[in-house]
Amino acid sequence: METPLTQNIGPGKTPPNMAEYEANGGYRATRLALLEKRPDELLALLKESNLRGRGGAGFPTAMKWSFVPMGEGSGPKYLVVNADEMEPGTFKDRLLMEGDPHQLIEGIILSAYTIQAETAYIFIRGEYTVSAGLLAEAIRECHQAGLLGENIMHSRFNLDIHVHTSAGRYICGEETALLNSLEGRRATPRAKPPFPQVSGLWGRPTVVNNVETICNVPHIIKNGAEWYQGLSTSEDAGTKIYGVSGRVNNPGAWELPMGTSVRDIIENYAGGMCDGYKLKGFLPGGGSTNFLTEQHLDLHMDFNTIGQAGSRMGTGTMIILDDKTCPVGMVRNLEHFFAQESCGWCTPCRDGLPWVEQILVDMEAGKGRLEDLEVLNNAVYALGPGHTFCAHAPGAMGPLESALRYFEDDFKAHIHGKCCPWA
Amino acid sequence: MDKISALSVQEIAEIEAEAAHYEQKQAASIEALKIIQKHRGWVSDESLKAAAALLEMSPAELDGVATFYTLIFRRPVGKHVIMLCDSVSCWVMGCEGIREQLQQSLDIGYGETTADGEFTLLPVTCQGACDCAPVMLVDGELERHLDEGKVKEIIAHYRENNGREDNGREGDGNKGSLED
Repeated sequence: METPLTQNIGPGKTPPNMAEYEANGGYRATRLALLEKRPDELLALLKESNLRGRGGAGFPTAMKWSFVPMGEGSGPKYLVVNADEMEPGTFKDRLLMEGDPHQLIEGIILSAYTIQAETAYIFIRGEYTVSAGLLAEAIRECHQAGLLGENIMHSRFNLDIHVHTSAGRYICGEETALLNSLEGRRATPRAKPPFPQVSGLWGRPTVVNNVETICNVPHIIKNGAEWYQGLSTSEDAGTKIYGVSGRVNNPGAWELPMGTSVRDIIENYAGGMCDGYKLKGFLPGGGSTNFLTEQHLDLHMDFNTIGQAGSRMGTGTMIILDDKTCPVGMVRNLEHFFAQESCGWCTPCRDGLPWVEQILVDMEAGKGRLEDLEVLNNAVYALGPGHTFCAHAPGAMGPLESALRYFEDDFKAHIHGKCCPWA
Repeated sequence: MDKISALSVQEIAEIEAEAAHYEQKQAASIEALKIIQKHRGWVSDESLKAAAALLEMSPAELDGVATFYTLIFRRPVGKHVIMLCDSVSCWVMGCEGIREQLQQSLDIGYGETTADGEFTLLPVTCQGACDCAPVMLVDGELERHLDEGKVKEIIAHYRENNGREDNGREGDGNKGSLED
């Protein structure tokens, strides 16, 4: 089993410096591409590879890039790497940045070359100080080696990369909110259209991609689209960093073929449930994905399969709900997060999420009423897709909607028993 | 230059170096607030006004930015800032118990500072270390796999080093400029 993204990452391994990274095949794709390939050839290769965005939405990367205006007179353009990993339960981009910073830098050079952007920003969450330091050092090494700066390897391509550290707020992960934040404003999302590829940072054409997505690019360019598709066991190409947290024996993250089954990930890689705990449900890819249950264990973890089961693969990092944890309490915890992290721009999200949270707080305290279930179901509709300015509130409704469906009896037990059965 | 005199030469130099990375100076606003906070522990009104002038923003606009982001402190904090993750994986793994322990042993609630000015306690969202839950940050350092014994040890460690570690900051806040 090939694990290109984590080939330099593992227990006891220190992040490779430039020489070590190059000794292991690093920057070979860069030297090949900048000197021998045109941007449109790279875009065609990316398209053929069927790489889909790893930030959660799974949007085809080459399609996203194809909307960027190309050619003379298209003015300054930007590439922005979304390293604001704040989806609850997600810890994959930290692994990639702390483990192999040059891989991300190489991905940025190749991606920026493809869209002909001469400035790139790594928008990284404020708490990831170790990653930010390693990336800054990798950038310094690249400047020294002539892989960044003016006229890189006499290719006439120029590129500077800056590390931009944020200061907390989940909404910065939404790409247009991220652009406002990068411009030094409050991170409220922007209306779309115009899409960032046409009018993004300071109104310039801008591509925003997740860390893991960009890390895939050098490997595709080095090894080709066919090789990349062969890594996967499903129709979505490549490998995926999957993770498991909660009451399992071996919580962690692993690079596996895209489409590995949920059961394989939980039972073999995460070591199964801890003694005395049973699996009651799981969020497949972060806090904003819908719960799935035991009946879904044999599903393949890819965008389409998990989508068809009524959830989203999201970031691919699962959070396990065990039988000794209250599902209503878990949803209350999630809705507290989403209520707190709402940017406050649109009314349904700003006012609806605290309302949902309060109902769940009351239910946990034994003050729930049967009518509350109707209010919660109405919220699932009113805060759902199409009713809010961005995807924040619809994301918050994912775990609620699915919990009301799968754990209805547990909600009712709180109401009828006038207490939390798990308390 | 008068408007920015509440900032030190060092702070101004650091902020201007960041601002050079962008088409517009305002893009360095979050970095500017973080630079001030690194040097002074928090961002006072005087510092904020000076940074706004430097970045060609109105103070109200910069305050809008400062109050939006979780990691910017607009009030003084203790010498050590403890931020306990309260997001879902840490919650499943028992962060509520850690919160009770911290609040009891420090005798403060969330958003409060101990009477001796040593510790401020705050909740924080998911830290991306969910395989090591529950976790917290102490002065930005990640503490993993928390349990009762480990929390006790950490608090004792910071209490013992009371007065010896200065947390890398210059002086104790913004007293000078407040009197300007």
